[in-house]
Amino acid sequence: MKLRGTISRIILYAGLTAIAVLMIYPFVWAITASFKTNAQIFNGNPFDLLPRPFTFDNYVQVWTVLPFYRFLLNSLMLSIIVPFCNIALSSLAAYSFARLRFKGRDAVFLILLGVMMMPGHITLIPNYSLMRMLGWINEYQALIVPSIFGASLVFNIFFMRQYYLAIPRDLDEAAIMDGCSRFGIWRRIILPNAKPALATIAILSFVGEWNSFLWPLVVMNDYWKMPIQVGITYLQSNTNNDWGMLMAAASMSILPLIIIFLVFQRHFIKSMLTSGLSGK
Amino acid sequence: MQHTASERAKRPRVLRRQRWGDNETLMGWLFILPVLAGVAVFTYGALVYSFFISLTDWDLLTPAKWTGFSNYGMLLRDEEFYQTFGNTLFFVVTMVPIGIVSAMTLAILIHRPLKGAGFFRASYYLPHITSTIAIGVVWLWIFNPDIGSINTVLSYIGIDNPPRWLESTFWAKPALVLMRIWQISGYYMILYLAGLQTIPDELYEAASIDGASPWQKTRYITVPLLANTTFIVTVLLMIESFNIFEAILAMTKGGPGGTTNSLLYYIYTEAFQSYRMGYASALAWVLFFILFVLTLIQFWHRRKSEGARM
Repeated sequence: MKLRGTISRIILYAGLTAIAVLMIYPFVWAITASFKTNAQIFNGNPFDLLPRPFTFDNYVQVWTVLPFYRFLLNSLMLSIIVPFCNIALSSLAAYSFARLRFKGRDAVFLILLGVMMMPGHITLIPNYSLMRMLGWINEYQALIVPSIFGASLVFNIFFMRQYYLAIPRDLDEAAIMDGCSRFGIWRRIILPNAKPALATIAILSFVGEWNSFLWPLVVMNDYWKMPIQVGITYLQSNTNNDWGMLMAAASMSILPLIIIFLVFQRHFIKSMLTSGLSGK
Repeated sequence: MQHTASERAKRPRVLRRQRWGDNETLMGWLFILPVLAGVAVFTYGALVYSFFISLTDWDLLTPAKWTGFSNYGMLLRDEEFYQTFGNTLFFVVTMVPIGIVSAMTLAILIHRPLKGAGFFRASYYLPHITSTIAIGVVWLWIFNPDIGSINTVLSYIGIDNPPRWLESTFWAKPALVLMRIWQISGYYMILYLAGLQTIPDELYEAASIDGASPWQKTRYITVPLLANTTFIVTVLLMIESFNIFEAILAMTKGGPGGTTNSLLYYIYTEAFQSYRMGYASALAWVLFFILFVLTLIQFWHRRKSEGARM
């Protein structure tokens, strides 16, 4: 009986490890391949992972062909500005929904709930047309302003409202006694007490914005202002499957997220375990 | 509230200072105003505008021509629409059950005291956070019929004529399904882990006393008690598979011969490559209608099962 238990445990670990290898393999392959010569990539051996010789040529080449440092900077800038505005607006709204009582509040809440039910593609063409009317095509505004008001905005409001409800009201009331305004309560009481929730939202939003693709693809044709994901497809359509360069480009998109994920892992998993939803 | 002068005099000094920043209704509306304005323009305004565009013929260069419902009539006679609809349904009916089984299996396997549980959980979840575009390029290589990893391994184990994957009209769709399942299983696994936490240990202890085998416990306790999670996962997976787009753009561009063209990819190419904005909007409304019904079902179920919390 004991032996059977040990054997089944070994099988379990072997199986779980095999799955883990399958899950990680594409990342390992892409990142190691990005440092290989094309000759080594084309030998096709999937277990030949170590670059011999180790070379930065693919990165040098990809940065010469297209301004990839711009793509990375654009993505970084968007992944900070968009979540920042988004969180500022949604946390203020969440405070209003969690703490203030006013006429029409529940109706507005339902209207926002409706946004979560709208698939993004239905607004793609009309918003593109709106950007044309405003003359924002190929401008940063087109990447920033509509992205702030996506479905994640509403998710963030719900997520933060839930969190705010758990902050004791006594704190608010004490602040009111001290002459604090409603805005001041949000700034001085709610935000400092909601730091863990804000951190989670910020990380999820960063990842979501870093990976956003369809909207930037449609409104941005100027490659100086392209984010990285659009840059990858731009590279793909302008090189004839130069695998070394493609793997370097893919690695530049993937590596920052792997690092963020490894550092902030618990935020991803905890937010899902508590809300049953992701920031997507 | 209106106060008389005498009432006001009786109140403590700090409370008497009525400033505009203390008015709950005013501040309440002011705080939600930016969000509301953005949503009014970019979601609800866009929705109405989208329906208007779907009633016109518009190529962006010349002014839109009003055509009434003829785009919707055209859609019913469009063979490419039926093909893309069929392809999308293929993705839905394969990805939903395979996704449920793989996510639930992974969750059940790692929901126990394990050495390295954190490592397994993180590695299974990792594919989900990376961009489909970037990792799609990597899978393009893995599926490469001549030098890609899969076919090389297949040739090692003696398979001489392996499938040509993304180049094959038969294998392209399953290849995309495989890639998407690899990418999303870990995400739904976490949802199942959340569900597993709600099952009380006593049930398993009672079953052990009755002499139930591990398989019986899984079959008669775990799976039925995960029904709620399975429902949510089903709807989310359906929405996800109806929306398949980035993997197609990165890996097949709808080919070969339109066999992997999905509804969303068709909408994208009609609008931004053929510049048929009106027709693309009509297509978008069809997809919207399907997704809206699915989302309504999900919300209704979620509210029903956690009504107290919402």
